[in-house]
Amino acid sequence: MRVPPGVSPGDFAAALKRFEEAVGKEWVFTSDEDIDTYRDSYSPFWHENEEPIPSAAVAPDGVEQVQKIARIANTYKIPLWTISTGKNLGYGGSAPLLGGSVVLDLKRMNRILEVNDKNHYALVEPGVSYFDLYHYVQEKGLNVWIDPPDPGWGSLVGNALERGGGYTPMRDHFDAHCGMEVVLANGEVVRTGMGALPNSKTWQQYKYGFGPYVDGIFSQSNLGIVTKMGFWLYPPPEAYLSGNVVVSKHDDLFALVEIFANLMNSGMVQATTTVVSPLAFARPDAELAAARASGSTRDLEQYAARKNIGYWSVSLPFYGPAKVVAAQWEHAKEKFSVILGVKFQDGASYRFPLDADQLAKITNPVPFGVPSLQTFSIGGPRSQGHMWFSPIIPMTGEAVLEAQEVFAQVYRDLGSSNSASAAFPVWNFFARAFVIIYFFPIEHDVEKNKRNREIFRRLVKTSAERGWGEYRTHTAFMGDIMDAYSFNNHALLRLHETMKDALDPNGILSPGKNGIWPKGLRKAKA
Amino acid sequence: MKNARAFLLLLCGLTLAAPAFAAPDDSQIDRGHKVYDKWCFPCHGTGVGKPGTASLAARGQKPAVLEERTDLTAPTIKTFVRHGVLFMPTFRKTEISDADLDAIAAYLTRNNKP
Amino acid sequence: MRLPPGVSSKDFSGALKEFGEAVGKQWVFSSEEDTDLYRDPYSPFWHEDEEPIPSAAVAPNSVEEVQKVVRIANTYKIPLWTVSTGKNLGYGGAAPLLGGSVVLDLKRMDRILEVNDKNHYALVEPGVSYFDLYRYIQEKGLKVWIDPADPGWGSLIGNALDRGGGRTPMRDHFAAACGMEVVLPNGELVRTGMGALPGSKTWQQYKYGFGPYVDGMFSQSSLGVITKMGFWLFPEPELYLTGSVTVPKHDDLIPMIATLAYLMNSGIVTGTTSVTSPLNFARPGSELAALRAKPGGPSTQELEQYAEKNNVGYWSVDLPFYGPAKVVAAQWEHAKERYSAIPGAKFRDGVSRRFPLESSEPQPFPYSVAVGIPDLSVFGVGAARSEGHVWFSPIIPMTGEAVLEAQQVFTQAYVEAGLAMGPMFFLGPASNYPRCFLVLFGFPIEHDIEKNRKNRESFKRIVRVAAEHGWGEYRTHTAFMEAVSDTYSFNNHALRRFHETVKDAVDPNGILSPGKCGIWPKHMRKATA
Repeated sequence: MRVPPGVSPGDFAAALKRFEEAVGKEWVFTSDEDIDTYRDSYSPFWHENEEPIPSAAVAPDGVEQVQKIARIANTYKIPLWTISTGKNLGYGGSAPLLGGSVVLDLKRMNRILEVNDKNHYALVEPGVSYFDLYHYVQEKGLNVWIDPPDPGWGSLVGNALERGGGYTPMRDHFDAHCGMEVVLANGEVVRTGMGALPNSKTWQQYKYGFGPYVDGIFSQSNLGIVTKMGFWLYPPPEAYLSGNVVVSKHDDLFALVEIFANLMNSGMVQATTTVVSPLAFARPDAELAAARASGSTRDLEQYAARKNIGYWSVSLPFYGPAKVVAAQWEHAKEKFSVILGVKFQDGASYRFPLDADQLAKITNPVPFGVPSLQTFSIGGPRSQGHMWFSPIIPMTGEAVLEAQEVFAQVYRDLGSSNSASAAFPVWNFFARAFVIIYFFPIEHDVEKNKRNREIFRRLVKTSAERGWGEYRTHTAFMGDIMDAYSFNNHALLRLHETMKDALDPNGILSPGKNGIWPKGLRKAKA
Repeated sequence: MKNARAFLLLLCGLTLAAPAFAAPDDSQIDRGHKVYDKWCFPCHGTGVGKPGTASLAARGQKPAVLEERTDLTAPTIKTFVRHGVLFMPTFRKTEISDADLDAIAAYLTRNNKP
Repeated sequence: MRLPPGVSSKDFSGALKEFGEAVGKQWVFSSEEDTDLYRDPYSPFWHEDEEPIPSAAVAPNSVEEVQKVVRIANTYKIPLWTVSTGKNLGYGGAAPLLGGSVVLDLKRMDRILEVNDKNHYALVEPGVSYFDLYRYIQEKGLKVWIDPADPGWGSLIGNALDRGGGRTPMRDHFAAACGMEVVLPNGELVRTGMGALPGSKTWQQYKYGFGPYVDGMFSQSSLGVITKMGFWLFPEPELYLTGSVTVPKHDDLIPMIATLAYLMNSGIVTGTTSVTSPLNFARPGSELAALRAKPGGPSTQELEQYAEKNNVGYWSVDLPFYGPAKVVAAQWEHAKERYSAIPGAKFRDGVSRRFPLESSEPQPFPYSVAVGIPDLSVFGVGAARSEGHVWFSPIIPMTGEAVLEAQQVFTQAYVEAGLAMGPMFFLGPASNYPRCFLVLFGFPIEHDIEKNRKNRESFKRIVRVAAEHGWGEYRTHTAFMEAVSDTYSFNNHALRRFHETVKDAVDPNGILSPGKCGIWPKHMRKATA
């Protein structure tokens, strides 16, 4: 039997027994067979001893059971690793950061407590997935959209707490949340925002409540177990329209991104898109290979001109009343027209609701509020998994070019074969910055994974040297990334640690999460 | 305008020959004008949406715009700024320093008859 | 000499001396004449012993000086009450909650560190007012709007930290903040969000950083002294347009607000508006005034008949639109289509302004603020003879049902309190925040002890009445922070106990703003329990 670090087998057995009393015997998992289902399916430590494997898992079905578990864990000093649905593959899945932790699996708490389609919100438990909520809304015929992230089986609560992003105007999932219920490390239940007011009428309608607004410290955090969370939903729009903007010269990127930022910050474009170079995705022919090899911007510009594909492009998504989205696209075209040689193409256009036939023809329905698993095709049919490198960079053309160059150099330095085609796609999942979502393959090959981990760490360092930090990361790299957020001798981390020690003195909740360790384990790391 | 004011002051100075008080110089009045624009104008200026002017007008003060008055004295101005009146709050020395307040007084009393 | 509670006069003198060394003698104020300037001009305790008067004020001019002041305060256990510009009149001004506190006045820190009109943000110090930033932008000809609070002399930082609201699409001021620099109670300097990354390029472009997002903990709070803060700005729009909608019947309020909620939650209306009834504003001596004065009040039917006859509508709302001319025109068209579902709905084009304005002469309240031009005209909304006011400001759901219920409940509560209110709401339920209504009621402050006492009791009573209906206040005057905090009591005040745990850990000597929003340091907690 695996035991949590620093816990005696006797204490662990006693704790498991009490967990069973709290949640029912069948919901405490200790066999290897069961525990293996909580390992990270895309672990960058595949077949290595370093892989953090849980000692057990416990799955409560209600807030009271969660409270009991927290209290038992305090008694026996058991580290709990909380997951909602454990589906954030690419960022660690359901596996703990600290091997031997007990996974606190909230999947059974999957109640949809309220969906309101007059004021457009939902209140859900952590086990509710995007699929669950979507089906519920469809069945009841409610007039709201949800905003799924790429993988539809994820938890609304879990994704928002990890500050994930989607595609519709409600795409910043943490920002779209309103009101929490949290079980603290000591087992106490707290409701935040207006939820602190008994029988509040606006728990899901006003975020802040009165006094310090605490919700943020429960995101990317180990200070509490979130058992309920409210979300703002989007009223179904009348129409969707996408308009494609293509520019021909390398240096047009500066104006392209500047105008794009203006449209975003003005609220004209409110949804997720990506600025790309069609040259990066063109089917490579001899001519393109030569142009790329020459490194000559002019050769690439000429190639783009001959093939009529453009040097850079961005597809603008518009959501709203048909006449409004048409006017927004017209306005965008006027704005971009200052760029010499710019071309415009009307893209997809839909009226909602979509019928089943229309929906069936859409490869990726996520931007229309329909959850899907289409994203998992990203590594190709033989993929063994992936993880993400995801730095935030400024929303400027200069930053995009600098990032491409700097990251490609890392690949060249480390002699990776990926370097030539390393296109780092930039996205606007969040309001005013770009995030690069860069795919890292995970393989069932120890040497390759070691190499990839080294490249990853180098990218994090290089990124920090340029003033860019990651918005989220796989458990394997949380310490590295928190290390980069080091202003004034890690003052922010030390503030987190002060709060951690006060709120969770026994350090039972998710030790090591986002680089924050409880006092007892802190020294071992430094 | 500026020259005319300088001339007037000069004239006053000549007439009185030896003034009993130090007449504020132009630079003091200019400074006062700037401080007035920053701190007083938004409430006491001309035009719509000026509650201080509106309040004085409602109480029959003519003219209601402070800059147009010739009856204000430095002690009165200082009292209102440091003590407030009705819904006008007090102003602290981190907002309007004593020197700035002297300048405001110089500006608002620039047209007073001696 | 006034002393902070529990501090000996010797220690206090020692602290003042050290403050003087830290910030310069002339920036430590301890004479009565000077400390009086930090009293609340609209204090509900006017002329009463209970009025919390500071013992001194200290005004640093830099982050390092703030750090020094905080460290000295720890040595001598001096309570500091932090103000940015101290202009949130109606919520307490510059005065502390705890009498004898030393006011930490940040007004001198008034540097505008950066304004970027490509990515549309600003980084400022706490002493910067809306007027300051507006002038700076005008002088440099930058293509960005600020979103002023109603009183333009307020601090961007102070207002955002108290979670104030404005009127343009950036109206939720705390939500528009991006990145903080904070001096902790131990004097340590922290930068939040991307600012924790040395040399960060996105401090004002991405809010959350990595790990727990702590910024909210510093709002309405006593956990740190904010010395810098970033704000998202709005790119100057082409056009501001308002469209007025009126509906004829009392019960039309329900679909009227449902449609407003749809328009707002869809991002079609993105500015502050308020739902009002033209029937609330009766000129003295008018037919309407006579009708309203009827014994027992007019019936709904009589009011509907009056509205129809005089063509004024029973309810009205002015929808604000910001953006390119053709987009706002399409948005207004769409809104009209939606509202046409209500029989008898009428539409009127309202204000239309192209930017840049040819003259920046302010418009009457609230139109100037609604187009990003700070002014003080809000102070003209009360009576010319007003001696001040405090705000009662509950949040209610954005539904017609809630508005009608609130109107009835609060009218009743006001009548029971013997308060004459004229029109019930200051401006009607307003959408300063997304997805809910903020209702602002002015409570008069007078230079009359008996009246103020009675008003204070009424205020507390109305706070309780609101809580019984599930409505809580978003912010309150220092005098009522305890009362409001008491109503946020879920699970035996679990949230307040959580705040207290964090407070004790981060500020063990309890030097920062004791009592703010009902949170007391450990050694003062029992006295108030």
